[in-house]
Amino acid sequence: MAKERAVITVTGIDHPGIIASITKALADQDVNIEDLSQTIVQGLFTMILIADVTGRDLSKLQQTMARIGKKQGVQITVQHENIFKYMHRV
Amino acid sequence: MIYSIEEILETVRMIQAEHLDIRTVTMGINLRGCISDDIREMNKNIYETITSRAGKLVSEAKAVEEMLGIPIVNKRISVTPIASLLDTPLAGKKNAIEGAVSVAKTLDRAAKDLNIDFIGGYSALVHKGFTTGDSILINSIPEALTSTDRVCSSVNVATTKSGINMDAVLLMGQVMKKTAAINPIGCAKLVVFANAPQDNPFMAGAFHGEGEPETVINVGISGPGVVRAVLSQMDNSDLGELSETIKRTSFKITRMGELVGREMAGRLGVEFGIVDLSLAPTPAEGDSVANILEIMGLEKCGTHGTTAALALLTDAVKKGGAMATSYTGGLSGAFIPVSEDSGMVDAVKSGAIGIDKLEAMTSVCSVGLDMLVVPGDTSPETLSAIIADECAIGMVNGKTTGVRLIPAGKEGEYVEFGGLLGGSYVMPLNKFSSAGFVRRGGRIPAPIQSFRN
Repeated sequence: MAKERAVITVTGIDHPGIIASITKALADQDVNIEDLSQTIVQGLFTMILIADVTGRDLSKLQQTMARIGKKQGVQITVQHENIFKYMHRV
Repeated sequence: MIYSIEEILETVRMIQAEHLDIRTVTMGINLRGCISDDIREMNKNIYETITSRAGKLVSEAKAVEEMLGIPIVNKRISVTPIASLLDTPLAGKKNAIEGAVSVAKTLDRAAKDLNIDFIGGYSALVHKGFTTGDSILINSIPEALTSTDRVCSSVNVATTKSGINMDAVLLMGQVMKKTAAINPIGCAKLVVFANAPQDNPFMAGAFHGEGEPETVINVGISGPGVVRAVLSQMDNSDLGELSETIKRTSFKITRMGELVGREMAGRLGVEFGIVDLSLAPTPAEGDSVANILEIMGLEKCGTHGTTAALALLTDAVKKGGAMATSYTGGLSGAFIPVSEDSGMVDAVKSGAIGIDKLEAMTSVCSVGLDMLVVPGDTSPETLSAIIADECAIGMVNGKTTGVRLIPAGKEGEYVEFGGLLGGSYVMPLNKFSSAGFVRRGGRIPAPIQSFRN
C-alpha cells in the first residue's frame, strides 16, 4: 500500500498542554508522527505535524482533532499531504 | 521537514483567509442515447441517465473536500446541447414548446434530486443557422428558465470560422427581453456566445459539446483573493515583477484544480477533462478581480489603464496556469462579471466604469459582458446590438465572448439576485437606436482571419 501522509496544522494562543493533547490523540489512533515543528508566527503558537495515516480513517482523525481544537481553543486543520505536494512541488 | 513551514502555512492561509477554493467540479454527460420519438420516454431516459451517472458526484466531492481541506463550492452537471435531442420527438408537433419546457423541468428535477447547484446545456449552437430543434429550444427559453431554478441555457450565435448569425442575434435580444418580462432572474441563467467552448465547467455557459467523451469531469478554479493578497505586498515592484508573481500564484492555484480533477475523476471512474484556469470572483469582500486591478495602481477599476492592467493579469494567469495542468480548457482567463464582483459593483456605483469600458476589457480577457444589469425598458434591438458587438470582438480575435445581461429596474437603481450572483446598479446604455442595423438580419461573413488552412 502506498504511503499516505497527513499534514496537521495547529495555530492559536500558546498554553500548556496543546502538544500533549494532540500527540496523545494520535497515539490513541495508532498514528505515527513522522515530523514535528513548532514556532511562533505573528505572536501565535504554530505547530505542524506530518503523520503517517496509511490505512487510517482520515475523517475520523479530523473529527478527533476538531474536538481537541475546540477544547484547547486552537485551530487545527488535517489535510492530505497531496495538496501541499501538488502546490509546492513540480 | 519535507515541506517548509512557510509552504504549509501559505497553503492554509490561501484557503482560510484568502478565499482560495475550487469553484466548480462539473460532470459532463452525453445524453444522445436518450433520444426517443416519445417526449415522455425521452424525459425518463434523461432523468435516469443523469441521476445514475452523477449519483455520487456530490458525496465524492464532499469526501475530496474533507481529505484535502479545500472547499469545492459548486457541484454541477453539463449535458449535450438539448436542442440536438428535440428534433426526433418534437419536430412538427403542435405542442413542441411545451415539450421542450418539459425537458428543462426534467433537468431541474434531476439537479434537485442530486443536490447539484446548476445544470447547464439547455443550449443550441446556431452560428450558421437553425435546425428545427434549435428553433424549438430557443423559443422555449423564456418559459424554461423562469419555470425552473437550476437550469442554465446558452446559445452560440457566432464563430470565427463561420461569422455571426444576425438572425440569431436578433432573436436572442427578443428572448432575453421575454425572459426578463416573466422574471429577470431567468436572464442570469442565459448566456449568448461567440466561439462557445465545448468543455466549459462554468455557468451559465456549460454544455457537453461535440467531441467530448460519454462522461467527463471538468474543474473550474478560483482565487482572485489570493492574487490580490500577494500583490498587496508589492508596492514598489514594476509591472514585470507583478506579472512574474501572478504567474507563480496562478501556478499554485491551478495545481489545486488539477489535483481535485484527477482525484474526482479517479473516484467516479470517469475521464478527467480539463482545468479551466480562471480567476472567478465572488461577491465576498476582497475576492474581486476589480480589486486586483486597483492594487496594481488604478484608483478605480474602469479608469484609463484598466484594459492594459487586465491584459497583463489575464496573460500572467494563463502562463502560470498552463504549466500547472496537463489539459487546459473552458474559458481560462480572468472573469469580469459585474454583479458577482464587489469591486466591480463599487466601480459602477461611483461611475468609474460603464458598458463601453467593459466592452473594451472583454477584448483582452475571457468571457464578455457578464452579469450587467441594464434598464428594464431596454429594447430587444438594443440588447441584440450589444450581443452583436461582443460577437464581433470574439469573432475577429478568435476568442470566446459571451453576453449575459439582466434587463431590470431603472437606471441607477440597485437590483439584488442573492448568493453567488450578487447584485448591482442598473447601468446606463447608449440612448440612440441600433434597430435598423440588427433588423437587417442575415449573416456577417467570417473574417479573413478564419482562413487558416
